[in-house]
Amino acid sequence: MQKSLHIDPGKCTGCLQCEMACSYEHTGAFNPSRSLIKVFDFHHEGRKVPYTCTQCAEAWCLNACPVEAIKIDVTTGAKVVLDAVCVGCKVCTIACPFGTINYSHETGKVQKCDLCGGDPACAEACPTDAITYIDSDWTGLERMRKWAQKTDSAARV
Amino acid sequence: MAWTRKILRINLTQGSCSSEALNMEWAAQYLGQRGLASKYLVSEIDPRVDPLSPENKIIYATGPLTGTMASTGGRYSVVTKGPLTGVIACSNSGGFFGAELKFAGWDMIIVEGKSSTPVYLHIENERAELLPADDLWGTTVWSTEATLKKRHQDPLLRVSSIGRAGENQVLFAAIVNDLHRAAGRSGVGAVMGSKNLKAIAVRGTRGVGNIADAKAFMAAATAGKKVLAENAVTGQGLPTYGTQVLMNVINEMGALPTRNHRDVEFEGARKISAEAMHEKRASDGRAHLVTNQACFGCTIACGRISRIDESHFSVETRPEYWGANGGLEYEAAWALGSANGVDDLEALQFANLLCNEDGMDPISFGATVGAVMELYDLGILSKEEIGLEVPFGSAEALCKLAEMTARGEGFGKILGQGSKRVCARYGKPELSMTVKGQEFPAYDGRALQGMGLAYATSNRGACHLRGYMVSSEVFGIPVKTDPRETAGKPEMLKAFQDATAVVDSSGLCVFTTFAWTMNDIQPQIQAACEGDWSQDSLLQMGERIWNLERDFNLAAGITGKDDTLPPRLLNEPCKTGGSKGMVAELGKMLPEYYSLRGWTPEGVPTAATRSRLGL
Repeated sequence: MQKSLHIDPGKCTGCLQCEMACSYEHTGAFNPSRSLIKVFDFHHEGRKVPYTCTQCAEAWCLNACPVEAIKIDVTTGAKVVLDAVCVGCKVCTIACPFGTINYSHETGKVQKCDLCGGDPACAEACPTDAITYIDSDWTGLERMRKWAQKTDSAARV
Repeated sequence: MAWTRKILRINLTQGSCSSEALNMEWAAQYLGQRGLASKYLVSEIDPRVDPLSPENKIIYATGPLTGTMASTGGRYSVVTKGPLTGVIACSNSGGFFGAELKFAGWDMIIVEGKSSTPVYLHIENERAELLPADDLWGTTVWSTEATLKKRHQDPLLRVSSIGRAGENQVLFAAIVNDLHRAAGRSGVGAVMGSKNLKAIAVRGTRGVGNIADAKAFMAAATAGKKVLAENAVTGQGLPTYGTQVLMNVINEMGALPTRNHRDVEFEGARKISAEAMHEKRASDGRAHLVTNQACFGCTIACGRISRIDESHFSVETRPEYWGANGGLEYEAAWALGSANGVDDLEALQFANLLCNEDGMDPISFGATVGAVMELYDLGILSKEEIGLEVPFGSAEALCKLAEMTARGEGFGKILGQGSKRVCARYGKPELSMTVKGQEFPAYDGRALQGMGLAYATSNRGACHLRGYMVSSEVFGIPVKTDPRETAGKPEMLKAFQDATAVVDSSGLCVFTTFAWTMNDIQPQIQAACEGDWSQDSLLQMGERIWNLERDFNLAAGITGKDDTLPPRLLNEPCKTGGSKGMVAELGKMLPEYYSLRGWTPEGVPTAATRSRLGL
């Protein structure tokens, strides 16, 4: 089964455990500035929203890359940056409509979510299940379930 | 080595910023944050220094677990000599600033001297510079944060600053970070103001690495989070209701100080409770509470985000207050509400917003309003003197006094001196509900005997966070004790005080201890930090910190005579409820407490005690 990250902002408390888990997984340090998932706080709306790469099927970043440094991980479907190939030209950062691929001046390469090879640390660390890793064909399942619950077509007397 | 091993020293008189190595010998004895910063403070300042003079220093300190994945690992403390109390001040804050400071590569900042003009400190990793803050002076915390983010074109900047209350040296001015998290108590904001230091803005991209045993740490942190999630208080009560879960509980026990401690039950408690925050308002059909919010790394998320009623008199013409914003915690709801008899939830929220916006401690502010209302009630203070009528229960008076105090207008200048000085000024010192000059928080020391002793002996004046006996006397954590009983309380309090000093020195939040014991905390510290951090050595460290603070306070001029409670708590029995007839029986507990601490009958640590603790 192919899985994808599923984000339910309504459950997010803004604790940043996901950002720490992501940076720890990728750099070995707790460092939100190196996290590939970011939590945005819309303070006056009382909303916190985690946001990261959606792993587009037709990936803008992948198509834009002039040196073919972005490959598809066939197991996870993740679009993965090959550091050895990336030349840091940043064309992909311009191409991505969502801003989820960014250049790192420390490495001289771009970086993006790689789904941690199929075991995303952010989902593991999230204390409220605002971030889960679920069947990519059924990301609407929970929402469907909620509406299904409201449906009342049974004949009642 | 979860420490960065670096201190940033700022001399405001010279305008200099320099880096120095953290004293690792001291770190081995005092861990970090509260303990280690206190060690630096007592080693560097004369205890008799005027807290608002350039000779006082102010330290912003993280703990070794600050900025790690340990749940709640985002705390920092501000340590200085407090202007409200004249003793050591140590105010602890959450939010995101502490972790950011650590990510920039600093364990602590020591600020000394005084700048001749307003400045702010800008830190970007190892680079630190003092920049002019003339245009920020006279503006609020919220405006300062917005201006600095714009000026530095950095929305990820974390800011800790004072508002107008700190500038005006309101003696209970707070330092506020991330809009509504505060190093709230003892007037640390006034010290910052006295130094002409408006704000510290920090951005850190170095992260926290080099955990002593990363694998063991991740296992211990994960286990700790599971314990918090499965505990009824930290897993359900606090996220759903926040600390406000206490309002009805404490009221029903007859332990809710009301109208400057005249009463112990508040007839309006339900209207200002957590439950009320969840109910839909008649005016707009919305609930006051919008959602909960976590501080950095916290898997409890007790913080409140509320939306004030737009039609309320306090804000009906001020749309800038209409959005979702930091909401009422229990202590604030009590101090702004019950302490002065106000049962208007929206008025409490407005006063709370002003406290956040201009940097004031809502506990001391609200409790001082309670004292002013009693003086008014007794006819000692007049409408002419204050500029308005301030009867108990007046929401209008509460809101107006909050504005006047934050802005230093009229009677607000007097109110901003705190309850002790206000009551003394009008010839009624006995009406000040304070210990060592600091106002009580939200539990009556008559109804909860252990809390009475905790207040009398707290090293920073009346405080619930130095030994939270409520845990045992109300919740039965770790064991249930009878709040009416004095027996066994000194021993339990000493254990609470020492353990709390450990938590406050680690980077963790004390609220974890509703669920965590040392069995959960110790493995996280041990895995993160090099050295021997066994439970025994940690608890001895807690005791060492307590005695270090005590020594400083004694040298600052207090004596055992200051370890007392106002005559109202000692002599006037509670009038109603479960605590009816009770007074604080401090005399039954204090001698035993001194003895358990290894102090003389006068409350001075003996030579043997000091030597045992390596002081």
